Amino acid sequence: MPDRPIKVLIAKPGLDGHDRGAKVLARGLRDEGFEVVYTGLRQTPEMVATAALQEDVDVVGLSILSGAHMTLLPRICRLLAEAGLDDVLVTAGGIIPDDDIPALREAGVAEVFGPGTTIAEVAEFLRTNVRPRD
Amino acid sequence: MPSPPSAASTGRPAERTWVGITGPPGAGKSTLVSALIAEVRTAGRSVAVVAVDPSSPITGGALLGDRVRMQAYAGDRDVFIRSMASRGHAGGLASTSGAAAAVIDACGFDLVLIETVGTGQAEVEVAAAADTTVVLEAPETGDEVQAIKAGLLEVADLVVVNKGDRPARAADGGPAAGHAGRGRRPKVGSGGAPDRPLPKRPEVLITTASTGAGVPELLASLDRHRVAGRDAATSEARLARAEAQVWAILADRLRASLHAEDRRAATESVLGEVAGHRLDPYTAADRLMGNLVDSDV
Ligand SMILES: Nc1nc2c(ncn2[C@@H]2O[C@H](COP(=O)(O)OP(=O)(O)O)[C@@H](O)[C@H]2O)c(=O)[nH]1
Ligand SMILES: [Mg+2]
Repeated sequence: MPDRPIKVLIAKPGLDGHDRGAKVLARGLRDEGFEVVYTGLRQTPEMVATAALQEDVDVVGLSILSGAHMTLLPRICRLLAEAGLDDVLVTAGGIIPDDDIPALREAGVAEVFGPGTTIAEVAEFLRTNVRPRD
Repeated sequence: MPSPPSAASTGRPAERTWVGITGPPGAGKSTLVSALIAEVRTAGRSVAVVAVDPSSPITGGALLGDRVRMQAYAGDRDVFIRSMASRGHAGGLASTSGAAAAVIDACGFDLVLIETVGTGQAEVEVAAAADTTVVLEAPETGDEVQAIKAGLLEVADLVVVNKGDRPARAADGGPAAGHAGRGRRPKVGSGGAPDRPLPKRPEVLITTASTGAGVPELLASLDRHRVAGRDAATSEARLARAEAQVWAILADRLRASLHAEDRRAATESVLGEVAGHRLDPYTAADRLMGNLVDSDV
C-alpha cells in the first residue's frame, strides 16, 4: 500500500441522471482518507478512461444504475488497458444482478458492490486490493 | 504522465505561460477555467489545468471536484486536466503543484492554468509559480475593506470580478474595482519606503463565467500580459511581487515560530506586557525577534 493517500476516480457512466449514491460514496471515501476525483454524471467510457489517465488514479469506481453495465463496464476496462492502465483497480456498484458478475469479473472488474455495502467495507476492499505502483 | 497534445504549437516559439487563478471558494474559479478552456480551444491552442482542492487535516482525504465543471472537454486531447489535493500544504497549492505544472508544460501545452484551493487571502504562493496571477472575486464576497486587505490583491496581475450577471454590484465592478479604480497603491509589507518598487496596479475585468461573457477580453488581457512580461520595464513590478510573496510567507513562518511550543509562553508574556501598557509594541517586536535569534542560532 502506498504511504500517500489512495487516489480514486468516482465516475457515473451511462445516461441515467441519479448521482446521489455516487456522491455519497465520494464523500464517504474522502472521510476514510482517500483522495477522490469526482467527475459528475453521464460519462462516456472514453471520458472515464481519459480522466483515469490524466488523474493518475489507483482506483476507478463506477456507479451504474442504467442497466447498461454489460456494455459499459467491459468497454471501460478495455479502454483502460489500451491506455496502459491495466494496473488500476476497477470496481463497480449500483444495480447489477448477481448473474452478470462472473462476466464482469472476466472483463476486468475486480469487485462488484451490492446495494447494502457500507462505505467502510468499500474502503477496506480498496486498501487491501489496490496495486502498489510508483 | 500527460500525453503530448496532438496539435500543440508546432512552429510556435516554445514559451511557457502559466496563469494562476485564485480567489475565495465559490467565486467561480472552476467555471472560469472551463470558460477559458472553451475560448482557448476556439483559438486552436492547447491547454492544461492543474486544479488544487483542500485535503482534510484530520483524515487526509480530499474531494477533488473541479473536473465536474470542465467535463465538456474530457475527450479532447488538447485539454489536459489534473486534480490535486493540497495534502496539508498551506498557501493554496499542493507542494507538488509546481512540479506537476512543469511536467505538463514540458509536454508542450500552450497555456497552463493553475486553479488554487479557495481558502481566501493567503494564497500568494501561486503568484510565485505563475507568470500571471488572476485574482477572482465575486461581487458579494465582501466590502471594500476586505478587498484592500493585504495578501491576495497584492499579488494580482489581473483582478477579475466574476458573476457580472449578479445585479448587486455589477455596475461598479464590486469592491475590487473600487479599490483599483481609486488608484490606491497596494502596500507591500509595512515598511513602505518611498524608493521601493511598487507593484503594478492590477487591471480589473468583469466576467460572467457561466455564460462566457468577458472571457474573450480576459484571454486577450492574459496574452497582453504575457507580452508585457517579456519587457524589462516590468522587472521592478516583478521584484515587488516577489517581495510580497516572500513577506507573506515570512510573516506566516514568524508567527508560527513565535507560537511554537518552546516559545509560546515567552511570546504571550511579551504580548501581555504590551496589552498592559508596560511595554511599547516596538520594543516588544525587538524582544520577540531577539527570542527567535537566541534559540535558533
Ligand atoms: N450567476 C453566476 N454564477 C456563477 C458564475 N460563475 C460561477 N457561478 C456559480 O458559482 C458556483 C461556484 O462556482 P465554481 O466554479 O465551482 O467556484 P470555485 O469554488 O471558485 O471553483 C457554481 O454554482 C457556479 O455555477 C457567474 O458568472 N454567474
Ligand atoms: Mg473550484
